[in-house]
Amino acid sequence: MTMTMARLSGIRRYYWMGENVVKALDGIDLEIRKGEYLAILGRSGSGKSTLLNLLGCLDRPTEGTYILDGEDVSVLDDDELSHVRSRKIGFIFQSFNLIPQLTVLENIEVPLFYQGVPPKQAKEKAAELAEKVGLGGRFHHRPTELSGGQQQRVAIARALVNDPALLLADEATGNLDSATEKEILDLTDELHDLGMTVVLVTHNQALTSRAERVLTLADGKVVSVMTREEMDRAEEAAP
Amino acid sequence: MNPFLAIRILKLGVKSLLLHKLRSLLNMLGILFGVGSVIAMLAIGEGAAWEAQQLVKRLGPTTIILRSEKPSEENQSATSTARMIVYGLTFEDLDRISGTIPSVKIVVPVRKVVKEVWREGRRTDVTLLGTIPKYTDVTPAKVKVGRWLTDFDYRDKRPVVVLKEDTARTLFPAQSPIDKVIRVGDTAFKVVGVMGPMGTGSAKGRSSADIALGAYTPLSSLRERFGDINAQRSAGSFSIEQVDVHEAEVQVDAIPHVLPVAKNVRTLLAKAHPKKDYSVFVPLEQLRLAERQAAIWTIVLACVAGISLLVGGIGIMNVMLATVTERTREIGIRRALGATKKHIMSQFLVETLVLTLAGGILGIAFGLGLPPLVNLFAQVKTHTPLYALLLAPGISLLVGLLSGLYPAWKAAGMDPVEALRHE
Ligand SMILES: Nc1ncnc2c1ncn2[C@@H]1O[C@H](COP(=O)(O)OP(=O)(O)OP(=O)(O)O)[C@@H](O)[C@H]1O
Ligand SMILES: [Mg+2]
Repeated sequence: MTMTMARLSGIRRYYWMGENVVKALDGIDLEIRKGEYLAILGRSGSGKSTLLNLLGCLDRPTEGTYILDGEDVSVLDDDELSHVRSRKIGFIFQSFNLIPQLTVLENIEVPLFYQGVPPKQAKEKAAELAEKVGLGGRFHHRPTELSGGQQQRVAIARALVNDPALLLADEATGNLDSATEKEILDLTDELHDLGMTVVLVTHNQALTSRAERVLTLADGKVVSVMTREEMDRAEEAAP
Repeated sequence: MNPFLAIRILKLGVKSLLLHKLRSLLNMLGILFGVGSVIAMLAIGEGAAWEAQQLVKRLGPTTIILRSEKPSEENQSATSTARMIVYGLTFEDLDRISGTIPSVKIVVPVRKVVKEVWREGRRTDVTLLGTIPKYTDVTPAKVKVGRWLTDFDYRDKRPVVVLKEDTARTLFPAQSPIDKVIRVGDTAFKVVGVMGPMGTGSAKGRSSADIALGAYTPLSSLRERFGDINAQRSAGSFSIEQVDVHEAEVQVDAIPHVLPVAKNVRTLLAKAHPKKDYSVFVPLEQLRLAERQAAIWTIVLACVAGISLLVGGIGIMNVMLATVTERTREIGIRRALGATKKHIMSQFLVETLVLTLAGGILGIAFGLGLPPLVNLFAQVKTHTPLYALLLAPGISLLVGLLSGLYPAWKAAGMDPVEALRHE
């Protein structure tokens, strides 16, 4: 067993818009340790979401290799990538992305059904997680009947229901007030403490404070990778 | 696919349709009318021919029945004397039919004379049916007890009779009629046999004499003893008429020749009988007529069904395409959570199939309700065949497949990242 959860080498992701090439990612080399808490920081359009989608096997690189948990996923086809997502990835999105016609429990169950887990077992697991993220008593509400923070808790429970190896959060607190933001970050922290590998994407440096390492992106390139200590020192140095 | 997932996808389809009940219902209408029309079409197709088929089965497909008809009053006066009416088919007609029209196997005449039959001092009116021994070859009538008329009976003009079942029972309630003598008018006839039951069903195509009391005797014996003039007393009035043959069955050698022979017979008789004092009944023609009527209904309903299914199918495809677009985000979410293209594809396809199947089931109800209505207005017999009910879900699923495949394929083909970004 290696200690590496994800290794990206020479990753490029280009978009062709007629004559122009948009280099959303332009040569990324990155290694994420198991159990690591990594933050990806960058301005809007710097390629954070593109990188996260690649890490989540939702997208494929134009160039480069990506080894996830010991498996080269850059050569997999669409079906195989779906299976990797199903087994190893948990996504949390800025806009929650819950399915509106499903209840809280049903939303949390969705990943399990694509794994073929029996309904009873799925329901139990979903209820357990809903309880854990503090949604007790709201199992049968629809997303529209919940507050933003509650919705994001549902999304977190859903991201955790398949026991993912990698938890990916894209601006997970972008739509929340600061109090709720703190709650969600605390929850993420807790998960990390329990051994979860977490990658958090944000454009807000303040939100990287809990990460062990911070990677800064600009124009699809890695500008810097700093550990917590280096970050703190850099902050102190800055006026 | 995993069975839990399959069930889940089915449930999802049902749920999604229940979410927009009115939309789903409107969406189903095309299938509903289409399937209903198909069922009604088959019911009418089956039913319209059924009665005629039964008739043909009973009378035989190669039979043509000729009957003498008493001409109407004004026609009578032209050729009849004040006291005697002469009309109907003649022996000459029958000879000409069997002699000049090819494909005619045999012509069996029946001459009817109503006579008083005396039996142990009791009087009953019995129709004597004079015919030839071949009669039993061309009709479903069979002898039950004793024997049928023979060629010798005919040649020698023997005074023998074969009683109809009811007649035997009426005349001989307590004993066997065989070899007994009955008095017909002034003549003694010996009973040689009793017929079996004449078969069930409506009396269409048969004369009332078949149902009334009757006895068969050789035509030769009948003519010998009672002559060709028939004195008839009916409802208090007294009339004398001369009719050679009341009824004749023409047997044709093969089904394809029946209609041509019928045409020849008609031409021949029309020439000899300008008064039209006869009728020609062709069971096979009735069947063809019924089939043609059924065919017209079938075509009309097939058009309705075809158009309904086509328009319904297009409508469903349209709505499903809109649904797919509307739910792009959901597709992206599901893909991110591990759904494969196949999962997405089956989700939308199943949703369409559930919709069309539900439409089909409502269509069955509609299709079962339609034939009685058609019956009411068009006097078309209907009979819904079982296979029509099995066909209905098949059609609905086919329409569902045809209209659902493209939207489902479109849904499955969406790029997950772009679908997630969709507003
Ligand atoms: N489908 C696409 N077609 C063309 N260009 C794209 C596409 N997706 C992303 N891009 C481009 O790639 C670059 C990086 O986009 P990305 O979404 O990764 O940025 P981001 O860092 O997540 O920004 P934000 O903070 O606003 O979410 C942008 O310039 C964007 O316009
Ligand atoms: Mg982004």
